[in-house]
Amino acid sequence: MSTTIDDPATAGEPNTGATGGTPPTRRQRQAAGIADAASVGVKVLLVKLLGLGIVDALAIFGIIILVGAEQWLVAAIVAIVAIAVNWIYFSRRKLPAKYLTPGVIFLVIFQVFVLVYTGYIAFTNYGTGHNGSKEQAVSSLMASSLERVEDSPSYPVTVVDRGGELGLLVTDPEGDALVGTAEQPLEPVSAEFDGDKAVAADGWTTLDFAQVLARTDEITELAVPYSSDPNDGAIRTPDASSAYLYVSTLEYDETAGTMTDLETGTVYSDIGTGAFTAEDGTELLPGWQIVIGFDNFVRAVTDERLAGPLVYVTLWTFAFALISVASTFFLGLFLAIVFNDARMRGRKFYRVLIILPYAIPSFLSALVWAGMMNESFGFINQVLFGGASIPWLTDPWLAKVSVLVVNLWLGFPYMFLVCMGALQSIPEELQEAATVDGAKPWAIFRLIKLPLLLVSVAPLLIASFAFNFNNFNVIYMLTDGGPRDSNAPIPVGFTDILISMVYKVAFTGQTRDYGLASAYSILIFLIVAVISIIAFRRTKSLEELN
Amino acid sequence: MRVNTKSLLAAGAVAVVATLGLASCAGADSGSESEASASGTLTVWVDAERVDALKGAAESYTEKTGVKVDLVGKDNADIKDDFIQQVPTGKGPDITMGAHDWLGELSTNGVVAPLELGDSAADYLPVAIDASTYDGTVYMLPYAVENIAVLRNADLIPEAATSFDDMIAKGKAAGLAQPFVVEQGAEGNPYHLYPFQTAFGAPVFGSDENGYNADDLQLGSAGGEAFATWLGSQGKNGTGVFNTDIDGDIAKQAFLDGTAAFWLTGPWNVGAAVDAGINVAVDPTPSPTADPAQPFAGVKGFFISAESKNKVAANDFLVNYLGSEDTQLELFKAGNILPANAAAAETASSDPILAGFAAAGADAVPMPAIPAMGQVWQYWGIAEADIINGADPVTTWQKLTADVQAAIAG
Repeated sequence: MSTTIDDPATAGEPNTGATGGTPPTRRQRQAAGIADAASVGVKVLLVKLLGLGIVDALAIFGIIILVGAEQWLVAAIVAIVAIAVNWIYFSRRKLPAKYLTPGVIFLVIFQVFVLVYTGYIAFTNYGTGHNGSKEQAVSSLMASSLERVEDSPSYPVTVVDRGGELGLLVTDPEGDALVGTAEQPLEPVSAEFDGDKAVAADGWTTLDFAQVLARTDEITELAVPYSSDPNDGAIRTPDASSAYLYVSTLEYDETAGTMTDLETGTVYSDIGTGAFTAEDGTELLPGWQIVIGFDNFVRAVTDERLAGPLVYVTLWTFAFALISVASTFFLGLFLAIVFNDARMRGRKFYRVLIILPYAIPSFLSALVWAGMMNESFGFINQVLFGGASIPWLTDPWLAKVSVLVVNLWLGFPYMFLVCMGALQSIPEELQEAATVDGAKPWAIFRLIKLPLLLVSVAPLLIASFAFNFNNFNVIYMLTDGGPRDSNAPIPVGFTDILISMVYKVAFTGQTRDYGLASAYSILIFLIVAVISIIAFRRTKSLEELN
Repeated sequence: MRVNTKSLLAAGAVAVVATLGLASCAGADSGSESEASASGTLTVWVDAERVDALKGAAESYTEKTGVKVDLVGKDNADIKDDFIQQVPTGKGPDITMGAHDWLGELSTNGVVAPLELGDSAADYLPVAIDASTYDGTVYMLPYAVENIAVLRNADLIPEAATSFDDMIAKGKAAGLAQPFVVEQGAEGNPYHLYPFQTAFGAPVFGSDENGYNADDLQLGSAGGEAFATWLGSQGKNGTGVFNTDIDGDIAKQAFLDGTAAFWLTGPWNVGAAVDAGINVAVDPTPSPTADPAQPFAGVKGFFISAESKNKVAANDFLVNYLGSEDTQLELFKAGNILPANAAAAETASSDPILAGFAAAGADAVPMPAIPAMGQVWQYWGIAEADIINGADPVTTWQKLTADVQAAIAG
């Protein structure tokens, strides 16, 4: 890699001009390189500098924010990446890296990170009830365990301060002023009143609303004992203007790591399942997120509710993916051959028409198709079949056909484009030679064109299979897996493919089981990967044709 | 010379980078400054369609207290899951708008903080307070009460129907083939059929002082089977009043075109009907039995994040400001909803359409928020759709009950 390649614009210039005829030393080469770069044109360099400047500015901004949030690891990664980027683009010798770096960065952010994170989630119990950290679970449990003492009044309250210690100035229903702090139970105090409410007390500074907001955390935490007996509860104020008397029904023992229900005496302890659990197995929710090893995978393959549906859903998934690939490919290929024929008139016009389904977002077309296939009101039954009532989407078998038809409609333009390109790259001479040798058109197609075509198209067919295997959009938008199999113990339908079934299993009702869903998607990935690897091996044999 | 140019440019480069870097530092500084004073900013997630309705209230609260209220419009369908995911990371909002039936999920995930309404609890409609309470604790500041009712095309049918059969008869007399429409779909829509089910005396769950009791499933009572039989008789093999091919859009179109005179739907669809020039009257759901048809009440409201750093301001904003009669009336004017505040609701009922919904909602029951309800939804609709399409009503209903019971126990 020479300095001239570094910037194609300089390729034409002699780069030894500055050094004369003697063999250049290292310093001279550097000088020459700098001279070349400078001669490129100020504009290119400026664009590069501006671009890098923006990247650096964003990186520094990001690092400052991250350091502020104490995200040291992420900040370090951003810093290292930013330095690497600068090094690569200011270096004169990193040409391949200059092309690869942006792609690699985006690959890492949008693909690798997502994959790794999915993998990580698959080994946790992340889901409904196990949503945050243990600390958050404890504080949430404590907050919701507060019960307002029955028939206790609402106390007008003023937040006051003495030497940095917060207190609550409470007006009791008799109109007397009381003050107390977190340590000091309520006691009478001589106070200044505004109407019925005590607003200032001797020896205490009254906080205005802005000061109250600045100390929100302290005030939210502040619980003033009602009396020296802790069973009487404590006064708390949620909004700094009214206070209420609460008793807690739960007690958290931090050293023992247990929660005790003060009403029933039940002790809930942390037994490593991500929730406080009583001896009889009752869990206190919310719990927290923990790593649970292979439990999700074990559940995924041993779930009894899935045993029945899994078999036919898997079969249908394979059928759906294979038939979709085959039908779109052959329709696309057929049309490509037809429109590749020079005798066909208005080819351009037809080609545009054919590509149209490809240009419309697939979920939109799927919804439109769902409307057209409505049994009583759809366009197909009402207009095309003169008011017949054909259950396009509600009969188990017909719904499968409908899904395949719609997917054919969505998918053939892609195959058409691909085949068109591949066909045009096959030399005309081959066909001529075959014709001269007396081969019939079908034989030419089957023995010469198709194999040559498959060399370039086969990898795309495999990709298409992988895509259709997980073609959630079409299924979800068109039938939502329906019609429902009312005999199945899970809400699975006759057109559900694996990925849409997983969605229903992991996200039914109010339960969101991200761990289980991630485990399933990893299993599905493995299936697709194995099939793809085998298929790619097979297609190697095609390449030997060349 | 060339080399000099280059070094000049290099110096320029350093200058550019440094300037941008410094600029970003400056930006970051000002950012952290505003965050420091940000204890005075409340971030509120709002259904994107209601941002405008809340804008006025948010601004006048800022004027009153100096606390900035930052309204973030979000797609209603995403709010719940985003809230559950983001609160534990500390990135969530201080307050989010939501519906009371999210409560079970929010509280199981520990993302919502309890709310003390204090004495003001008595100012709200009882159904709103019931709905905002979960497991004995109030978590939501109720803001609007919604229930379904029958929209009647008063030009076609001048008088309200007295019963379900009367409604169909009146419609047929007016020459309509399908006088009554209600949104269903291939998987049914139990929410819209619930008034009929309750008319037969079959609520989903029984309730006690702590709210709905998941152990007391009443779905499968004798009333439930009577309802199923009736539903079958009005389905495909019977009168054809209910049809699973009629989805929301088809029902709406039928009413707007005048081919249907009665439409069982919610206040969210009134705008479209009025805009289409239809003389809309709102009646309670005509009952197929002698008992009233009780719809589900959906209560919209606001939740405080368990991880909010501004709980005091958030509580003050909700309890002392958004809940007040004046603000709720403002919200009613901006959003055309039935306020949850009882006094505001009464004032709002001078509007005949809202009065109609309020009358229909007089018997309404809050939709259960307990997690067991999720298990009910997944079997309920499909069973009703099967019955409408001709499956044996009683056995299908019994299977529904068994499935739900198994799912709740499992």
